[in-house]
Formats: sequence, C-alpha cells, structure tokens
Amino acid sequence: MTTSTANANSHPGLNLGPAHGQAHKDAETVVFGFWIFLMSDLVTFAMFFATYAASIHATAGGPGNADIVDVTSIGLQTGALLISSLLFGIATVAMKHGSSPRSTILWLLASLAFGLCFLGLEVRDFIDAAEKGAVPMRSGYLSAYWALVGLHGLHVTVGSLMILVVCVQIAIFGFADDVKTRVLRLGLYWHFLDIIWIGIFSVVFLPGLLT
Amino acid sequence: MEHFFFGRLGWDDIAIFDIFRDPTASNIVGSSAGWLAVIGGVIVAALLLIKGWWRPLLFTWLNTTDHKKIGIMYIVTGLVMFARGVAEGVVMRSQYVTSYQGGYLTPDHFSELFSTHGTIMIFFVLMPFLIGFMNLLVPLQIGARDVAFPRLNQISLGFTIVGAMLLMISLVVGQFATGGWTGYPPYTGVAFQPGTGPDYWIWSLGLSGIGSLLTGINFAVTIYKMRCPGMTFMRMPIFVWTALCTSILLVFALPPLTAVVIMQALDRYLDFHFFTNDLGGNMMNFANLFWMFGHPEVYILILPAFGLYSEFTAIFSGKRIYGYMSLVIATMAIAVLSFTVWLHHFFTMGQSPTINVAFGVATMLIAIPTGVKVYVWIATLWGGRIRMRTPIIYLAGFIFFFAVGGYTGILLANPTINFTVHNSQFVVAHFHNVLLPGTLFAVLAGIYVWFPKFFGFRLDERWSATTAWLFIVGFTFAFMPLYVVGLMGMPRRSPAFDDPSYIPYMIVTMGGALCVLAALGALIGTFVVSAKRREALAVPGGDPWDGRTLEWATPAPVPEWNFAFIPEVHSQDAFAVEKSKGTVYDIEANSYEDIELAPTSWIGLTIIVFGTALGFAMVFWMWWLAILSGLALLIHAIGLGFVRDKGEIIPADVIERTERDWIAMAQQGRFTDRRDEVSTDNRGFAARISEA
Repeated sequence: MTTSTANANSHPGLNLGPAHGQAHKDAETVVFGFWIFLMSDLVTFAMFFATYAASIHATAGGPGNADIVDVTSIGLQTGALLISSLLFGIATVAMKHGSSPRSTILWLLASLAFGLCFLGLEVRDFIDAAEKGAVPMRSGYLSAYWALVGLHGLHVTVGSLMILVVCVQIAIFGFADDVKTRVLRLGLYWHFLDIIWIGIFSVVFLPGLLT
Repeated sequence: MEHFFFGRLGWDDIAIFDIFRDPTASNIVGSSAGWLAVIGGVIVAALLLIKGWWRPLLFTWLNTTDHKKIGIMYIVTGLVMFARGVAEGVVMRSQYVTSYQGGYLTPDHFSELFSTHGTIMIFFVLMPFLIGFMNLLVPLQIGARDVAFPRLNQISLGFTIVGAMLLMISLVVGQFATGGWTGYPPYTGVAFQPGTGPDYWIWSLGLSGIGSLLTGINFAVTIYKMRCPGMTFMRMPIFVWTALCTSILLVFALPPLTAVVIMQALDRYLDFHFFTNDLGGNMMNFANLFWMFGHPEVYILILPAFGLYSEFTAIFSGKRIYGYMSLVIATMAIAVLSFTVWLHHFFTMGQSPTINVAFGVATMLIAIPTGVKVYVWIATLWGGRIRMRTPIIYLAGFIFFFAVGGYTGILLANPTINFTVHNSQFVVAHFHNVLLPGTLFAVLAGIYVWFPKFFGFRLDERWSATTAWLFIVGFTFAFMPLYVVGLMGMPRRSPAFDDPSYIPYMIVTMGGALCVLAALGALIGTFVVSAKRREALAVPGGDPWDGRTLEWATPAPVPEWNFAFIPEVHSQDAFAVEKSKGTVYDIEANSYEDIELAPTSWIGLTIIVFGTALGFAMVFWMWWLAILSGLALLIHAIGLGFVRDKGEIIPADVIERTERDWIAMAQQGRFTDRRDEVSTDNRGFAARISEA
C-alpha cells in the first residue's frame, strides 16, 4: 500500500491537485471505470456507424442523404456542441482552481444552455426531415440515419439531465470528493459526445454536402 | 383491441389456461410447465411468509453489496434456471422419440422450446454461474476486501434477475419467441411474429445485457486496481486472468448485442426497417451484429471455466500449474481471436469464398491456444499426486469430450465441410460437446471445490461423484449419437423427421436425457444430504483441499471482511508457498483495525421490481406501466447520488476474536493428510501432500 504507486498509476485526464490519500485513490478507481464504460459506449456507436455505412444505398427510392442535410443547421449544431464542451472545460478548471461552487455552477449551466441549443436545432432538423417524408419508417437508410443521429441526441439529453443533477449536488454538498469526481466523469462524457459528433459530421453530413 | 390498462394482454394470453381450453398433448406440456412455475412461486412465497424467511431475504441478501453473497445469488439463479433448461431439453428429446412423421408437440411449441432452452442455458445458466464464480473468487484471489464498485455489482445482479424473471413470466403469460436464441429477423419481425415472443426475447436479453456489461466494467477495474501489494499481473492466479479476459470481452462484446436489440426493438415497435424484407432492410446486418457479440460470448462462457479447471487441476494433483506463462498467453490469444471469427456462424449465407476462407482460417487458429491449455492441464496432472475426487472425475470427462468437440469444431471451421453439415444435428452435437463439458462440468466441479469455502462444510463425496458420473454418462448418450444422425442429414430445430433410420439414435439420446435428469436430481440430493451432515462435514479451517491461492487463507465461511489484514504476496500461489515455509498460521499482529464494509443498498431490488415491470409492460404495450416503472428507475438512480451512506463498521475486536479463534484452531494441530481429505477428520487444515 505505497503512495508512490498511486501517483504513478494516476488516471488520465484532469488531476485533482496534489495526491490526497484515500480520496485520490477512490477517484482513480471510479474515473478509470468510467473510461472503460466510455470505451464500451464507443463500441455501441461503432455498431450504429457500421449499420449506417452498410445502409447508405438502401433508400428504397425514398429521400437520400443529400435531401435531408441542412448545412446551416449542422454548422450551428457543431458550434453549439463545441462551445458547450469548452464551457464545461472551463467549469472543471474553475473547480480545480478553487473558484466558488456558485461560479462553477454558472459555467456548468452555461454549458448546459449550449447543449440545449444543440438539442433544439437537432429536433428542428428531425421535424424538417419528417415533413419532407424522410421518416425512419420510410427506408432502411433512414432508419439507420435516425438511429445513429438519434442515439447521439439521446446521449446529449442524458448528459444535460446529469449536468442539472450535478449542479444541484454542488449546491447541496459543495465540492465534496465524490461530487468532484462526478463532475470529472461527466466532463469526460460530455467531451466524448463531441468526438462522436465529429464522427457523425464526417460520416453522415459531409458526404451529403458533397453530393 | 388495445386497452389502456392491459395493453394487448388478454385472457387468451394466459398460457396456463390452455390446458382447459384445448387439452392437446402439446398444451398439457406447456400449461403444466406454467403451472409448475406458478406453484413453485407460490410455495416460495408461502415459505418466505410462514417461516419468516422474507426477513433474512430482504435484509441480509437482497440489500447486500457483499461480493460473496452476490456471487451465491448468481449461482442460485443459475441453478434454478438450469432445472428449467434441463427439463426443456428432456421434453425436446422426448419429442424426437415420437416425431417420426409426427410427434406430440406442435411445431410452434417445439420452436418455443428450443428458443427458450438456448436463451436460458446461455444467458441465465452459464453466464450467472460464471459471473457468480467471478464474484466469489476474484476479490479473494487478488487479496481485496470487495470488488471496485460493490453497489454496481448489486445493480448487475438485479438486471440479470430481471431477464430471468421475464423468461419465467413468458411461461405463464403470452408466448416466447420461436426464432431460436439468436432471434434472426425477418422471421422474428412483426410481419411473421406479431405476438409477444420476440418482444420477450428483446427485453430479457436487452435488460440482462446491461447487467453483464456493468459486470465487465466492474471486474476489469477490480482486477486492474484492487490487487493487494505484491500481486503483480504475473502472480495472479489463472482464474483471475481468465476473469480479466472475460471482463474485457464483456465490455467490448456486449455493445453489439445492445445495438442489435435496440434496432430489433425499433423495427418491431416503431416500424423501422433495419432487418425487414422490404424497404431497404437487410437481415445480414443482424447476423453480423449479433455474432460480433455471439462469438465472443462463447469465450465469455468458456474462459472462466478454463480458469476453474486450471485452479483445481493444480490443487488435486498437488503441484503448481505447469506452464503458467503459456496459459496466460493462450487466454489472451483466445480473447483476441474470439473477435475475428464471427462470420463462421453464417458461412452458408452467401458471402464470397474469400471472406469465408479468411474466417475459416481465423477460426482454426483458435484451436492452437485452446490446445495449449489442454496440454497444460495434462502436463500439470503428469507426475502429480492426483487424488481422484469429484473435480478430477469431471476433469477427465472434460478432457476427453473437449478433444472430440475440438476436432469437430475444426471440421466445422472448414467452409466446404460446413456447407455439408450446417444446420444439422452435427452442429448441435458440436456445441453441446464443447459447452457442456467445458463450462458446465467446470462449474459443477467448482461448486464442489469452493462450496466449503463459502458455506463452511464440504459436499458429500459419494453423492458428488455419483452426480459427476451421471452427468458424464448421460451426456455421452444424449449428444454423441447426434454426430451420427447429423452426418446422416438430420436437420436441427426441426420438429419432426421422415427417415426411420434415425429412430434408434433418438431412443438412445432419450435415455441420455433421462440420465442427465437423474444427474440433476443427484445434484439436488448432494446439497440436501450434505446440508444434513453439515456438522460432520464442517471445515472451519477454510483449507480443505490444500489450496494454493489466497482465498484458502481465510476461515470458512469467509468472514464479511475477507481478510483481517490486506495480504502482501511475494510469489505465485502465495498461500501454498507460505504453507511450505510453515509461516501461515503464525500471524502475530496486534494492530487490528476497524473495517468499514460497503454500504447496503436497495437499488438491486428496485431494479428487479421495476425492471421486470418495465419489460413486461413493454411486451404487452402497457405504456402507462412502462413509463411509471421507467421513471421509478430513473428517480432511484438520480437519488443514489444524493445519499451519503456509510457502511457498517466492523470493530477491531470482533475481527481480532474471529482471527484468533481461527489461528488457535490451527495451532491445536488438527492437520489432515490429503489422502484422508474426504473423511470427517478434515476440519479444513490441510497437511501438505509432500509431507504426507
């Protein structure tokens, strides 16, 4: 039970300042566990990406990729999501450098606001697509499209809910050790969703723009 | 048609009343099984109430986060479902005896039987067995007090039980799928099966899959982060290695199952077109996704079993395991290769020969590390002082059967041969030939070996050995003839056949099935007889077999805190080495400390109740109930973050007393020679075989 090994095995990502015994060790375990969860989630997304790739031509005469991509909206969504991630990063830095719980909560809420912008735009796109007849029931291609983009949207929704929950927890418990690691893990999750979005952007929307 | 409260549930769905509506042979069998489940449930409920057992059930079992209790609950779940799985197997075999141009079951009922049999045996028998053993052994073998996330462990168990409950409910209400355990669409799509069957499949696999995924995360972290000082990777017991590989497989192989279950649900509930015949659906996507999970799943089932074989081979031959390093490499190689072979499950579905060849070669490659393992076990036995206890009987049966199963696997891995025998009874023979001896024998032997560790008394030797022989004999007669009829062209999953030359073989397999049923009875008998003789069979010392790894360095049953002191190890087989140095019961420590146990939790019970309600509601389209139970789960999950609970603190003096009593017993010198280990002399203090 030497403390030197605890430092050597420190989890990847933002450290919690100088090693402080048990809390540090606990953080290491849960954050490591969360990384493994993210790897697993990445495989889930990979399956939806693969299905999408295999279904690109399965439009059954219905609307194809080029018919449903709205460049402006996708651009705004990408911007909103990336800014949201940046604001989350600022929130964790604020937490690390001893800002008040209040300011951290404010940064988190700002991050949440951009996340909700993203969701709003995405829902609008889905409604537009549905109005053009590009509903998931129309073809195998559209099923795969809605499922992949929708799965990401679902993740963002869950993340938004968790940001709210974590804000309440900070308000009640302050920066307790477990609350801090929760913010840390939620941050990983939130940034992870950016990476997935970039994948969706490149695989789903860019080809649609080019045709 | 749809009703707000009951969705699409109607009186006709209550399967147990079929027997009164239309008493055909098929309905009598189906309804009787349903009644058996209902009566069983009522008896259990009555016992809980009358005997007051609900109290310990609720307050020492269902709310526990102790890895040992959770492991036991997994194995009990597995045993209950095993009884049903065996019964279904026997019914199917009896169908084949009568099904020359007929049979007494309807084709639909027969299809339902092989679907539930496969689903149950894989997801609710073998998986819970092995995850149960991982729970029991991994923390003890790596010298930890619990798993990394005790509450998550309870959540995993909860989801597994939800899946099992849904399967049991499907026996009483509605129908299960008729599309096999693989649930291939479009046959399981709405167009062909609008009923409840595939929905039961979706929800029981989907929800229990969440549990398995979380288990994988939990044990990967436990093994990476919770090892005691000195426990380097190359000092870990082989079982821990296999548990690690299984955890990694769970983490990476369960997501494809989740994905495919979600897509199938979207197809069935919202009219999507992933796997339908029309509008761009493509069932080959299902085949790929499903087997990307399904093939690694085979190794999820077999690797921990290999770990168990490795452990007790060493114990019962009184030697350290031969070729530790090669076993570790072989385990890892199998884990990696398992992801490269999924396509061999559909060689005949129309892909190009090039792809078939690539996957055929990859499949054959797996034989190499697997062969290494079998040689390692044989080499461990070689020159050892083997005691012919029950585990060695199972091991002997396993090595023989597994060799046969391995050779037929190589045959099947060859695409050209595969075209000839695919979908025949040959395939049935092959996978029963590897999975049953491979996993089931390991688990049954494992129960014999580790039962005394967790319950404090050994299992009766004569009953255990009889059980083993009955399983081996029954298994031989039940499955070996299937190779022959398979080569003769008898298809699998077919409710009837037209060639009278199969009949004698079917009679032989029926005999084998009855023998397996007798073995199941003998297994129950073993538990009953041993429990009655528990005083005579008690092994409070905790080391009845001259064990080698850390779990044997604790009293039996293992105290809640596992170890009074976190051990520090300097070698492989740390406990065996300490025993040979004679330092093992010499602990002279005065600095006992309080130990805080993981807090208890009710999340598992919430999941069992509301998860089952959610699954049932979704199957029967009771949207209100689905929303309510979903909300209940969500609220409890969020609420967990706000609970600041502390675990129970075990005071230092309690620990000290337990520990000192145990050591005092050892110092009375009641060490037992290994040759007498099945006599009542064995109090769990092993004299080493080399000293005998």
